[in-house]
Amino acid sequence: MKLAMWTYEGPPHVGAMRIAASMKDVHLVLHAPQGDTYADLLFTMIARDKARPPVTYTTFQARDLSGSTADIFRQACRDAIDRFRPGLLLVSASCTAELLQDDPGGLASALGGDVPIIPLELPSYQKKEFWGAAETFYRLVRACAGGQQRPEDVPANSCNILGPTALGFRNRDDVTEIAGLLEANGIAVRCVAPLGATPADLAALPQAAFNVVLYPEIAESAARWLQKTFAMPYTTTIPIGAKATHAFLAEVRALAGLPRLEPASLPGAQADRSAWYARSVDSNYLTNKRVFVFGDAAHAIASARVAANEFGFRICGLGGYNREFARELRAAAAEFGVEPLVTDDHLEVEDAITASQPELVLGTQMERHIAKRLRIPCAVISAPAHVQDFPARYSPQMGFEGANVLFDSWVHPLMMGLEEHLLAMFRDDFEFHDNAAASHLAAHSPAPAAPQAAAAGTTTATASAGAWTPDAEKELCKIPFFVRGKARRNTERFAAERGIHPITVDTMYDAKAHFSR
Amino acid sequence: MTVLRPHDCDAGTAQRQRGQREVFCGLTSIIWLHRKVQDAFFLVVGSRTCAHLLQSAAGVMVFSEPRFATAIMEERDLAGMADMNDELDAVVERLVTRRPDIRMLVLVGSCPSEVIKFDLARAAARLDRRLAPDCRVTSYSGSGIETTFTQGEDNFLASLVEQSAGHDGQQPARLVVAGCMADVVEDQFSRLFEQLGIEDFAFLPPRRSNAVPVIGPQTRFILAQPYLGATAAALQARGPRRIDSIFPLGEVGTTAWLSAVADAFGVSRARFEQVVAAPRQRAREAIAHYRPRLEGRRVFLFPDSQLEPSLARFLVTETGARIVEVGSPYLHRELVAGELAILPPGVPVSEVADVERQVDRCRASDPDLIVCGLGLANPFEAEGYATKWSIEFAFAPIHGYEQAGDLAELFARPLIRRAVLDDAPATREALS
Repeated sequence: MKLAMWTYEGPPHVGAMRIAASMKDVHLVLHAPQGDTYADLLFTMIARDKARPPVTYTTFQARDLSGSTADIFRQACRDAIDRFRPGLLLVSASCTAELLQDDPGGLASALGGDVPIIPLELPSYQKKEFWGAAETFYRLVRACAGGQQRPEDVPANSCNILGPTALGFRNRDDVTEIAGLLEANGIAVRCVAPLGATPADLAALPQAAFNVVLYPEIAESAARWLQKTFAMPYTTTIPIGAKATHAFLAEVRALAGLPRLEPASLPGAQADRSAWYARSVDSNYLTNKRVFVFGDAAHAIASARVAANEFGFRICGLGGYNREFARELRAAAAEFGVEPLVTDDHLEVEDAITASQPELVLGTQMERHIAKRLRIPCAVISAPAHVQDFPARYSPQMGFEGANVLFDSWVHPLMMGLEEHLLAMFRDDFEFHDNAAASHLAAHSPAPAAPQAAAAGTTTATASAGAWTPDAEKELCKIPFFVRGKARRNTERFAAERGIHPITVDTMYDAKAHFSR
Repeated sequence: MTVLRPHDCDAGTAQRQRGQREVFCGLTSIIWLHRKVQDAFFLVVGSRTCAHLLQSAAGVMVFSEPRFATAIMEERDLAGMADMNDELDAVVERLVTRRPDIRMLVLVGSCPSEVIKFDLARAAARLDRRLAPDCRVTSYSGSGIETTFTQGEDNFLASLVEQSAGHDGQQPARLVVAGCMADVVEDQFSRLFEQLGIEDFAFLPPRRSNAVPVIGPQTRFILAQPYLGATAAALQARGPRRIDSIFPLGEVGTTAWLSAVADAFGVSRARFEQVVAAPRQRAREAIAHYRPRLEGRRVFLFPDSQLEPSLARFLVTETGARIVEVGSPYLHRELVAGELAILPPGVPVSEVADVERQVDRCRASDPDLIVCGLGLANPFEAEGYATKWSIEFAFAPIHGYEQAGDLAELFARPLIRRAVLDDAPATREALS
């Protein structure tokens, strides 16, 4: 049993719903109790979909348990086929129905009829949403492309894009961006799946030369099967950030048999402004700012690389919630010399963020709330998706335009360089008090942040270390609040290591000199 | 589906066929219950799906640490590799260490915990012995196989009533008002009760867990919400008699409801009229403001909170709207008999609807406004229909005189918004 206030991933049947809702001509019958229909609102409210997801639920109740829930399931399948006439029917069970052991797959297969049926085994008490989505996509690809022949003369410059789904973090715009870049490089995109694909499109997947895997947590298992079965290679570079996009285009050009080009002359690279913005003098103040990164492993790893290698931040923490990619995450954490955090317990993540005292958090909606409590700027880089992650404007994370979006959305929450100085210089200015947010953010964060969070940090620090003279306390308060915690911690560590007691104004400046970067 | 008045319905609605029900489960009511009882913590014993539901339904409230969580059952619990009770104790231990401010821990049963017949009542009793008196532990079921949406609150209140048995020494309350309402609404009713000369009244649930009203045979109670069948039964089992009334929605409903209380406590007509005259007038004026928007409009209500019969009655009697169909996930026939009696003849009332067929009926009837859940609203909007999220009736203060105008406004807003957006170009021309 596991205590969860918030969860990063839903149950695996929600993953199956995401695949069904991504595709055309596919319907999912879910053996599930009344109430599980809540999942519809993820699609209609969060993503503002204009239609309900193609899912029929059996919605059984307690009184049905004494009769035959299997009959209810069979009827739901028949009704769904009659009403929606899908090209393909997926059947599965949610967590409660799994306990009934009605065997939806067996029941559905015995129905007869000419609609192909794919049963899904989604162990709800072991697995989670990404796993459920990946398993569903893999089963669909196997079922549709399984008996297909790979043509003799597949054009080398043809590919499929695999992984984008309904409710995926900015997937809609990523696909537009990456498909555009591929076309600009002379590579034809045959099929995008599962988003927008039909079962027939999946059957035609082997007709392309290679697969572009944008979201490995969804598509890697399917891509691996396509590689094994049809010798179709697949890409491993996630094109998040300008440098990764260069590497990605080099990878696809090699797979497509196209000549190697210098990064600057790659078709599409001219759209990148992020590299120049990161070099412009205004970005000097970003140097070595401490950044904590948490999300699904693929986004977290890619974001950490952009933060460190393209924007000049320093990674002070890196973690991911999907254990399936723990190995990759650990390897990436080693690149930055930080302890990897692989957990789906958001309380642990909160502790890690508090302990590492970052100046910027890149995370999910959960980390956004943690950062808000701790008064640390934050940008969202990963699912679970929220209504704000489906902006009306074009806002990809991938490709060159994606890199521009990252620069804007990660840098804007920060205090501007000159403002940071002014805040430090004129402590008594009535507009620059502790509770004033960055002036350009007033519209976004009008309310003063929760004082107890800041106070809590202060009291624990005081309790854990030597006393400060009143003068030193006062001097400490002249340091802007967003770096004050770090100054306090460093000073106390400095004093403790040298047995200094109490901490004076001089101790504080000695520590500052010692730790200055 | 069950149709209460089959003679009023056409052949389409009279069909009795099982199908998909598009309703929340009872766990969803935790979203307002945990805000209402401010020292209580709701721990769902369930699956990842339960946690995901609460998170999705409460997505807007994550700004503070919530006072609800899920103890997620895992493979090792179900396979018998771990003792469920030991596991639950460990989770509770972690929780009370983290939140020492909690005075009442509520274990909430879910579909999976019900199906495996995990005895939460016993677990609660065991934990109560360990944690009392600092923290009391109780339990109820909010599972989807047994409850929908507001029935979770019903079961919680019923468990509070059953648990309050120990207070024999204290003087019982004379009047208990059962049903979660906004604090501001309770305060308004408190003032009105005092002006009527009624003292010793109490609200259920209380704002603090140690203030559960004492109930005795002389206590009278009235329901503020129509979905409280189990709560009414639990109260009646302790002796009190129920004051029957329609529910305090709108000016008419509020007046009838207060009047029933006044009659039960022997308040004179003259005094009653004098006390309610001013707020009644205010309520009428506030509703009148929106009446032109709603009069003659045809409204279709999908099942959601069980408030639907009361809402339909309000729409008909106070805004002049017409009702195409009233759906409700469940009808406590005795409790809503008064509401249904006021509805005009010919209004189909449905319980247990197949959502697909109901959507078909709704489209065929081409209503001016559809009151429905979050899963259906945007798809209907995309088809060109105006919709009102029914979940707002469970969250927003709508009871009583001072909220009667707000209630009308909730129905009128989607129509006003459409007019604003549709008429915008014309407005600009007029200005230039």
